[in-house]
Amino acid sequence: MGALLSVDILLPLLVGLPLVAAILTTLLKNHGLRAWISVIVALVQLITVAVLLSWLSGSNLDAENQRYALGGWTAPLGIDLVINGFSALMLALTAVLTFILTVYSCCYFSEAHSPSAKTARFWPLWWLLITGINGLFLSGDIFNIYVTLEIIGLAAVALVALDGSRAALTAALRYLFVGLLGSLCYLLAVALLYRAYGTLDFVQLSAIAESNPITWAALALITTGLLLKTALVPLHFWLPLAHGSAPAPVSAILSALVVKTSFYLMARFWLDTLAPAATDYGLLMLGILGACAIIWGSIQALRAKRLKLMVAYSTVAQLGYLFLLFPLVMSNGVTRDAGLSGSAVSAIAYFIAAHACAKAAMFLAAGNIMRTVGHDEIDRLHGLAKYMPVSLFTFAIAGASLIGLPPSAGFISKWLLLNVAIDTAQWWWVIVILSGGLMAAMYIFRVLNIAFINVDEKAQVDLQQEPINKLPTLMPLCAFLLAMLTVALGFNAELILDLVTLGDVV
Amino acid sequence: MTQILLYNIASIGLFGIGLYGLIVAPHIIKKILAINIMSVGVFMLLVASASNVNGTPDPVLHAMVLTGIVVAIAGTALALFLAAKIHTLDQTSDKDGH
Repeated sequence: MGALLSVDILLPLLVGLPLVAAILTTLLKNHGLRAWISVIVALVQLITVAVLLSWLSGSNLDAENQRYALGGWTAPLGIDLVINGFSALMLALTAVLTFILTVYSCCYFSEAHSPSAKTARFWPLWWLLITGINGLFLSGDIFNIYVTLEIIGLAAVALVALDGSRAALTAALRYLFVGLLGSLCYLLAVALLYRAYGTLDFVQLSAIAESNPITWAALALITTGLLLKTALVPLHFWLPLAHGSAPAPVSAILSALVVKTSFYLMARFWLDTLAPAATDYGLLMLGILGACAIIWGSIQALRAKRLKLMVAYSTVAQLGYLFLLFPLVMSNGVTRDAGLSGSAVSAIAYFIAAHACAKAAMFLAAGNIMRTVGHDEIDRLHGLAKYMPVSLFTFAIAGASLIGLPPSAGFISKWLLLNVAIDTAQWWWVIVILSGGLMAAMYIFRVLNIAFINVDEKAQVDLQQEPINKLPTLMPLCAFLLAMLTVALGFNAELILDLVTLGDVV
Repeated sequence: MTQILLYNIASIGLFGIGLYGLIVAPHIIKKILAINIMSVGVFMLLVASASNVNGTPDPVLHAMVLTGIVVAIAGTALALFLAAKIHTLDQTSDKDGH
C-alpha cells in the first residue's frame, strides 16, 4: 500500500484518468456503457483526490513529495506536476463537482431526452474539459499551463455549441474568439518570460523574477489574457450568453470551475511568481474592477428576463468578489510578501468553494425548471413552487448562500472577507461586499417571489397549460445535494481553511 | 543581432495587426484570419528568440512553436466549423422566410 500512496502515482492518475475516459467514451458506441464508464471514472477520481489529500495532510509533506517529474525529466527541461494547498482545494472541488455533475448528466443526456448524436459528442468533450482543469491545477510549468488553458477553452466552446441553436453557436464562437485571444496574450507573455529568465518552471521563475520592463510587459499581457478568460467587468461581454445558452451541466461547470481556473492563475502570477513586478497601484486597480463587477453584474441580474441569464450575470457579480483578493493582500499600503497564503487567500479560496457549489446547484435547478416547463422566462414562472418544490428549494438555499445568509458557506466566506478588509484597514471594501449581498438578495427574491406566490390567477392558468415534463428523480436530487453541500461547507469551514494553508509548511 | 531585432519588431507588428483586425473586422472569416495572424506573430517571436548566432538554436522554443501551431490549427478548425454551421442555419432560415 505504501507505493500506492504516493504522488508518483496519484498526480499522473488525476490527469490520466479523465483522458482515458475521454478516449473510451469516443470509441464506445453504446450509450449506457458510456454513461457507466463516466460515473465509474468520476468515482475513482473522487477516491484518488481523497487519498491524495489524506496523504498530503499526513506528516509526509515536503517539497520532494509535492512534485512529480513526468517521464523522469526534471525542470527546467522536463515538465513537473506540482501540488500545493490552493491547488489541492481546487482539485478536491473539481472531483466533487465532476462526480455530481456526471451523475446529473447521465439523466440530462439520457436517450429519452436528447438525440443520440448529441450525447455521443457530450461525454468525450466533458472528460477532455476535466482533463484540462486537473492538468491546469497540477501543472508546474507556465507553457504547460498554456496547453491546458487551450484544452479547457476548446472543450468548453464545443460544449456550449452542443445545443446547436443559432444563439448557442453564436455564443460559442464569441467565447472561442475571446478564449483564443486570451491564450495568445498569455503565450506572448510566456515567450517574453522565457527570453528574460530562460526557464518555464513556476518555482524557478519566482526565485529569479525581478521588477523590470520585460516582467511588467509579461504581467500586463498575462493579466489581459486571463481577465478576458475570467470575464471580469468590462471584459465580461461573452460570459452571460455562453453560460446562459449551454446545457445545464455545462453551464454549471463553466460557472463553478472554468472561470476560476484563470482566476487561480491570476492569483498565482500576481501574488507569487511575478510578485516583484506587481505594484500596489495594479493590485488596487484589480480590486476596483472587481467592485465594478459586483455592482454591474448584480444590476444586470436584476434586469435579466431569463432565469439562466440571471444566474449567469450573478456569476459576473460573484467573480468580482474574487478580485477583492488583490487589494486585500496589502496592509496599510505595504504589499505583504506572503505568496499564496495568508488570511486574504484563505478567505478567497473558501469563497471559491462556496460559490462553486451554490452556482452549480443553481444552474442545475434552472436546468430542471427549463426541462420541466420548456422555458425559463422569469415572468412566466408564477406558482411554479407547487409543481417543482425540490428544485425551487434548491434554488432558495443556493441563493441564500450567494446572498450570504447564515449558516451557508456564503455567509462564512463574506464574514472572512469582511474580517480581512477591517484588519487591513480598508473599510471601503466593506461597503462593496455588503451592498453586493443586498443586491443578490434583490435578484434572488425576485425569482422566489414569483415562483412561490401566485399573485396573478391568470398567470397560474398559463403555467397549467404549459407542458409539464416529468423529471428523473436523480436530477432534482443532484441539484439538492449541491445545495446541501454549501450548508455542509458552512458548518465545516475549518476543513477548507486547513487545506489552503497546507503548502505553507514548506 | 539587427536581423533578430527586425524579426522581433515584425512579430509584435503582426500581433498588433491581428488584434486590430479581430476587434474591427465585421466578418467572421476575417476574424478567424486575424486570430491566425496574431498567432503567427507570437510564433515568429518564439522562433526569433530561439536563434543563437554563435551556437545551436534553443530547442525548447521550437517545441513550443510546434505545440502552438497544433493548438492554432485546432482552434481555427473549431472556429471554421462553428462559422459554417451558423452560415447554414442563416441560409435555411432565409429560405423559410421567402
